[in-house]
Amino acid sequence: MDDVMLQEAISVAASLMLLISFALLAQHRLLSVLHWFAAQGVVLALTTLLVAVISGHYELYFSALMTLLLKGALLPWLLWRIIRKMHVHREVEPLVNMPVTMLIALTLVLICFYVALPIERMSQLVTHNTLAIAMATVFLGMLMMITRKKAITQVIGFLSIENALFFTAVGATHGMPMIVELGVAFDVLIAAIIFGLFFTHMRNTFDSLDLDVIQEKSKR
Amino acid sequence: MSLSMTLWVLNLAQAALMVLAAPLLAGIIQKCKARLQNRRGAPILQPYRNLLKLFGKEALLAENASWIFRTTPYVLFTTTALAASVVPVFLVDLPSALIADVIAMAALLALARFWLALAGMDIGTAFGGMGASREMTFSAMAEPAMLMSMFVMSLGAHSTNLSTMVQHALHLDHLLPSVAFALAALLMVAIAENGRIPIDNPSTHLELTMIHEAMILEYSGRHLALIEWASQIKLLLFATLIISLFVPWGIAESPAIQPVLAALVFWFGKVVLLAVALAVLETGLAKIRLFQVPEYLSTAFVLAFLGMLVHYILEVGA
Amino acid sequence: MTGTMNWFIFTLLSPLTGGLLLAFIRQPARSSAINIGFSCATLIGSLGLAVAVLQQGSHEALAGFFFLDAYNVFLITLTSFVSLTTSIFSGPYMRFEWLHRDLPEQRLRLYHAMFQLFVFGMLLGFTTNNIGVLWIALELATLATVLLVSLYRTPASIAAAWKYFMLAGMGIALALLGTILIFFTSSTIFGHSNDALTWTLLFAHAGELDASVMMMAFAFLMVGYGTKIGLAPMHAWLPDAHAEGPTPVSAVLSGLLLNLALYALVRFKMLVDGATGTAVAGHIMIAFGLFSLCIAALSLHKQHDIKRMFSFSSIEHMGLMTVAFGIGTPLANFAGLLHMTVHSLVKSGIFFTVGHAAQAMGSQNMEQIRGLIRHHPGIGWGLLTGTAAIAGFPPFGVFTSEFLLFSAILDTYPWLILPLLAGLLVAFAGLFRFVQPMVFGPVPAHAIAIEANMLPVYIHFALALLLGLAIPGPLANWYEQAATLIAGGAAL
Repeated sequence: MDDVMLQEAISVAASLMLLISFALLAQHRLLSVLHWFAAQGVVLALTTLLVAVISGHYELYFSALMTLLLKGALLPWLLWRIIRKMHVHREVEPLVNMPVTMLIALTLVLICFYVALPIERMSQLVTHNTLAIAMATVFLGMLMMITRKKAITQVIGFLSIENALFFTAVGATHGMPMIVELGVAFDVLIAAIIFGLFFTHMRNTFDSLDLDVIQEKSKR
Repeated sequence: MSLSMTLWVLNLAQAALMVLAAPLLAGIIQKCKARLQNRRGAPILQPYRNLLKLFGKEALLAENASWIFRTTPYVLFTTTALAASVVPVFLVDLPSALIADVIAMAALLALARFWLALAGMDIGTAFGGMGASREMTFSAMAEPAMLMSMFVMSLGAHSTNLSTMVQHALHLDHLLPSVAFALAALLMVAIAENGRIPIDNPSTHLELTMIHEAMILEYSGRHLALIEWASQIKLLLFATLIISLFVPWGIAESPAIQPVLAALVFWFGKVVLLAVALAVLETGLAKIRLFQVPEYLSTAFVLAFLGMLVHYILEVGA
Repeated sequence: MTGTMNWFIFTLLSPLTGGLLLAFIRQPARSSAINIGFSCATLIGSLGLAVAVLQQGSHEALAGFFFLDAYNVFLITLTSFVSLTTSIFSGPYMRFEWLHRDLPEQRLRLYHAMFQLFVFGMLLGFTTNNIGVLWIALELATLATVLLVSLYRTPASIAAAWKYFMLAGMGIALALLGTILIFFTSSTIFGHSNDALTWTLLFAHAGELDASVMMMAFAFLMVGYGTKIGLAPMHAWLPDAHAEGPTPVSAVLSGLLLNLALYALVRFKMLVDGATGTAVAGHIMIAFGLFSLCIAALSLHKQHDIKRMFSFSSIEHMGLMTVAFGIGTPLANFAGLLHMTVHSLVKSGIFFTVGHAAQAMGSQNMEQIRGLIRHHPGIGWGLLTGTAAIAGFPPFGVFTSEFLLFSAILDTYPWLILPLLAGLLVAFAGLFRFVQPMVFGPVPAHAIAIEANMLPVYIHFALALLLGLAIPGPLANWYEQAATLIAGGAAL
């Protein structure tokens, strides 16, 4: 278990995260978006586990377990239940068409690469080179939030940003201190519960989770 | 015999092998597909018989066919065979690789496609033109993806020379994510370029969906034989390219008898495995709708591009 | 030392217990009284804390996890004061809403519990020494206000809350990325521990932090916390959230939450200044502040909803404060702090008044609100005085702080005067264009008599007036301490 191995493992995980971010953007069906989101949670948990094993930060084992349960299982399951219960229209409706979205996404990755270039040079940590990718995944999550019409895809975008941030913390710095990590996880959980509440309200008030419809009806 | 002579001889042998073994690959794939569909299928050597038979037949030409139509089969066959001769099959150190690198190889394939598209339009039938226009549309997206995935590999090797690239791939001791991206992209492109399912179905002539078949609808006799043969060579070329670049283990690094023979066996085994995999894939998948092809190809491009970005971000200076 | 500690724990725990307790109290009348009680306790605690800190100087509490200095203790006091007056105001206001807009009792329970939790988040954010916890606290306060904004559950309020939630979520994500980047560089100095996120340690070793990483982190923090401050072009959530939530919530959003975000940004600016040794961070803040000011001043003219109109005025003033802290000289900081105080007081006072006005006229649409002075002189005069105060009329405090800011600008970036003044004038014109017909003129037929509690409003305006006429000695001393602290210890 040496630095080279850690480097490789993190590199693979980073590329997987990037791939999943693109996959999330490219999906046409809501359920496949959800599957990729769950996969992201699992990859995140595995990455954390790997870093925990190699770096020897014991609290990361706990983080890994928490990530797996919260982001790999609980949140996707909750979202799946919402999709099923609320009979959300199953197609993803992007505001910008897929090829253009992909081009924007690629440009974003390029920009992040250039922005992170000076930083990567200075870092001594073996995991430094994931920083650009981590930043890119954050921006790709934002792109997803911006280009989707449905509340539920926006939420998945939001949660994937949260995943990306967690990945940044794990990949670039071996995770934030426990207290911060717990606090962030708590906030995410609360946010997810509020999302759930909002879905119910939206459905009761607007009979739709489509934000175009919601904007339209709220103006009357 | 001097070393360079030996190398040239081996190189020629490699090229000849590619050309001669190509129908065999087609036969293996057909057989596998037949088995998977619970049919007994034609014998593995059937493609050779088909070619022989076609060579023996008279080549009919349409009345208004120009010289383009007549020369295309020869151009097609020559360029494809030339392209095939630069890909390392069982030996890394090829003299021909100095003449044509990976970009030239892609250019040769593009030249072949260009002539085929011209020939498709030459007769003036509706199908020929339709096939040509579709082929050119898709190739405009497939070629960047293919080149991009090749570039990912050549970035690591610091060379576009296929021999050097294969040598570099052979001595990789790291796990490189960018290679995985390039492989995925190249696999997708290879399927599209060879007109396999899910992009095109080589075994039907369904008017509305065909691409490659539409262009060669008017050919017969030895012309058709050459074109069929060329497309079989192209399939083997892509298979060998993928094998040599991504799973090169077993390929010979010196022109000695033993490693070369071993490499030959390895290569054959890997091609057969790939053929089986392709057969399984083709049996399991349905053809996608025509207007989804651009999305499929842009996915390949995005993957290849990601491979390049990942290479720069994660692997350079690491 | 222990005295400070006790005051501190008391101050922090009071809203938390209050929030938890109020979640279980069903009777609206009783819960509103309890709400006031807890807010009162918080204010007493923070006053005690302020006196202790001013006497003994800044120090850390609870193993360095919390940190109290002149800067944040002043904001703690302001926060608990405004939350107390808001809770006093919200008693009759929410009773009216409960009776007239059929707000279920359960919703009122949510309101009171979330209000106290919001105050807790605010206080935690102000006092924590850990920049990670600062983020968590701000997120907590945001989540509480999201629930408060959607309290009415009308289509518009849900849409507004959703927008707020999404934009704030994106902003806060960027802020976390910035925080992670700071941890990334600081963990090379302090190792992988809480120390690397401890603000006091970071500030002490700011020179050793990597300048390029800190600059990049600041870019993310600027956009992230800037979203929460309501700076343009990330301000889209703010007018909707102000307009659709209950009025007490609009008052604390404008008067308090925006302050916390700005406080966080200024704290990070101090770190970045120390790391880079240049004023680039300040320049970025000036640019954002100026842009927000101009956008808000222009947008203000196009509004129909009275709360939206005043929320644009909040953006304008937050922009002004951002400019002040961006300039960063002690005088400018002094002006910024004073402006923060006065703006909190006046703007929350205005929102109280506006809330009653909207109740009396049955609409938030400015065309429906007419003849306030004749209908209810208290509300009418309140709105007029508040508008005069916020527009920067002497002798109110806003005038003083703007005057100070302009003198600070003359010393540093004189060319800024022109755009700032133009923005303020445009905003001023917009405010009076709308307020004048609302206050004067005949009373419309649809007006109803309401029971208005104007006491908090008068207290706020009186304080703003006092600050404009003469800043009391101890308070001026206090501001001075904080201003020099923010400027990095330079003398005024």
